Amino acid sequence: MDLKLLTYLVVGATFVVYIGIAIWSKARDTGDFYVAGKHVHPVANGMATAADWMSAASFISMAGLIAFLGYDGSVYLMGWTGGYVLLALLLAPYLRKFGKFTVPEFIGERYDSRAARIVAVICLIFISFTYVAGQMRGVGIVFSRFLEVPIGLGLVIGMGIVFIYAVVGGMKGVTYTQIAQYCVLIFAYTVPAVFIALQITGVAIPQLAFGSRPIGDDLFFLDRLNQVVMELGFPAYTSGTKSTIDIVCITAALMIGTAGLPHVIVRFFTVPKVRDARYSAGWALLFIGLLYLTAPVVGSMARLNLVETIQIGQVGSPSGNLAYEDRPAWFRTWENTGLLQFDDLNGDGRIQYYNDQNTRFAADVTSYGWQGNELSVDPDIMVLANPEIAELPQWVIALIAAGGIAAALSTAAGLLLVISSSVSHDLLKGIFMPTISERRELMAGRVSAAAAILIAGLLGYYPPAFVAQVVAFAFGLAAASLFPAILLGIFYKRINKQGAIAGMLVGLGFTYGYIEYFKGLFLQWAGAPWGENVASSWWFGISPEGIGAVGATLNLIVAILISQATPQPPEHVAALVDRIRYPRLSS
Amino acid sequence: MDQKEAKHRYWRANLRLVAACLVVWFTISFGFGIVLADSLDNFSLLGVRLGFWFAQQGAIFGFIGIIFFYAWRMSHIDREHDVDEE
Repeated sequence: MDLKLLTYLVVGATFVVYIGIAIWSKARDTGDFYVAGKHVHPVANGMATAADWMSAASFISMAGLIAFLGYDGSVYLMGWTGGYVLLALLLAPYLRKFGKFTVPEFIGERYDSRAARIVAVICLIFISFTYVAGQMRGVGIVFSRFLEVPIGLGLVIGMGIVFIYAVVGGMKGVTYTQIAQYCVLIFAYTVPAVFIALQITGVAIPQLAFGSRPIGDDLFFLDRLNQVVMELGFPAYTSGTKSTIDIVCITAALMIGTAGLPHVIVRFFTVPKVRDARYSAGWALLFIGLLYLTAPVVGSMARLNLVETIQIGQVGSPSGNLAYEDRPAWFRTWENTGLLQFDDLNGDGRIQYYNDQNTRFAADVTSYGWQGNELSVDPDIMVLANPEIAELPQWVIALIAAGGIAAALSTAAGLLLVISSSVSHDLLKGIFMPTISERRELMAGRVSAAAAILIAGLLGYYPPAFVAQVVAFAFGLAAASLFPAILLGIFYKRINKQGAIAGMLVGLGFTYGYIEYFKGLFLQWAGAPWGENVASSWWFGISPEGIGAVGATLNLIVAILISQATPQPPEHVAALVDRIRYPRLSS
Repeated sequence: MDQKEAKHRYWRANLRLVAACLVVWFTISFGFGIVLADSLDNFSLLGVRLGFWFAQQGAIFGFIGIIFFYAWRMSHIDREHDVDEE
């Protein structure tokens, strides 16, 4: 069967499933719409959380990023999983015991302050829209690459699907579709990984293949990879190039940011009990781990595969490089998409792929007659082209398309839902129209979900110029604003609204200022970025990606100091803290 | 034993467990995976340099273990202090 037709069939079949689930799980009241009626089994919630968390970037881009970063890519692996430990131990069980609907609602009640609630809503909306723009873009890109439809049309189809199950089903619909989407994406991710591992090492389990010897080789796989890339002037795969302090700060910022992301936190509001919230975080990380433990294996194997495809013989010998004429079929396919680009700089008709920034390697290179790296590779190709490189059947390629779309849609839906709940529940019900009836609040939730989908679609179609910078910003923001406010609210009774608001504003302002200064966000018209974004000009060598960790620390310090200097929080707040600390208060 | 004291004991037991788990969390990621990675790379586990293995595999296995251990111990502590649900 024709690949395109097959892809249409597989993707179409997954859409039918998602819509079927939406119709079956219609939200009947605000409880269903915001927190799926708190009836979600902890294992099911774990799966939904995994799909919620793993975005198009995790599915398509992460393995490729690691393939080119080597050890430095570990910041993503540890950073995007370690946050679940913080979530499980420090936030999830207590917020579940709090038992209401949204994160700003907790902040508002704990600090007995509408201002704090509004600050939290603003952070939440900014973080979530930043993220969702990337997801919608991902949906459009997957559609255009695999189904050959224009990005705009792909976006509209994606928006339509999310519209149906998020608006009709609310959190309940989103939860059950996310479970289906998790199954699709994890299957699509691990099948090619198993085949690649088998092909290179003869070991079927990727995590074991990582430490095996390639077939017919006397070196271990990673030692071989180190040797092969170093011969071409690249740094050793298994050692880093970033400074230790920067690696520590980036990892910490991603971990704390993960634990502070509202669309992840709110998933733990949907389980029946406090105990379930703790276990559910474990299940979530187990399901996430299936992909995150596979990604570094896929990345490193794809890197070896790429290098060995091009460097077919001795480095430096004229026949050591693949002749452009002889390039394999997958190479031609991905050249058409622009993800692979060849430019024959020295005109020898052969492909040279090496590190032309390495000055120590430069003399050797000149004697080989090489005149610069001739191959540019988009990291995304490492996952997208895998099935073809491994010569897997066509249905696997179709599956990758369905998996990429599932990853993007599930994250987008989760984000859109927290946006709509904070509009209808925090702003409308909580602040502007406290007397609104339940039925009208539900209606408002649906309307704001629909509006959020439209805005997200527009952001996906017209991505803001700074969209690439913004991921660091979203994590930094979540780390420096929401996480410390929630953490202190649970563990430190003395913290009051003055402290919490001051802490959030300082954390936020500092983190935003640092990123604006070095990367430029909204003030590009005024000349931002002002600082050169290199290690030597960063404060203490901490990059803008890692500055959220410092912002979070500042937030904690300021919040504690200001609280000490201002009055105790009122009696009923102390009672609230007691209530959330104990799964059941025996009275 | 009065009720306030009992509640206090439960909370302290919880804090001790959280602190112990976070020490392990910190050690396997920031310790073994980052700060000590270069020295650990002199050893290897299943054919992978140990520091690199912790950074790209071991820390994640450890995180999963920590959460399930915490959940299991907390259920126990909840029951012991009579604050468990139902």
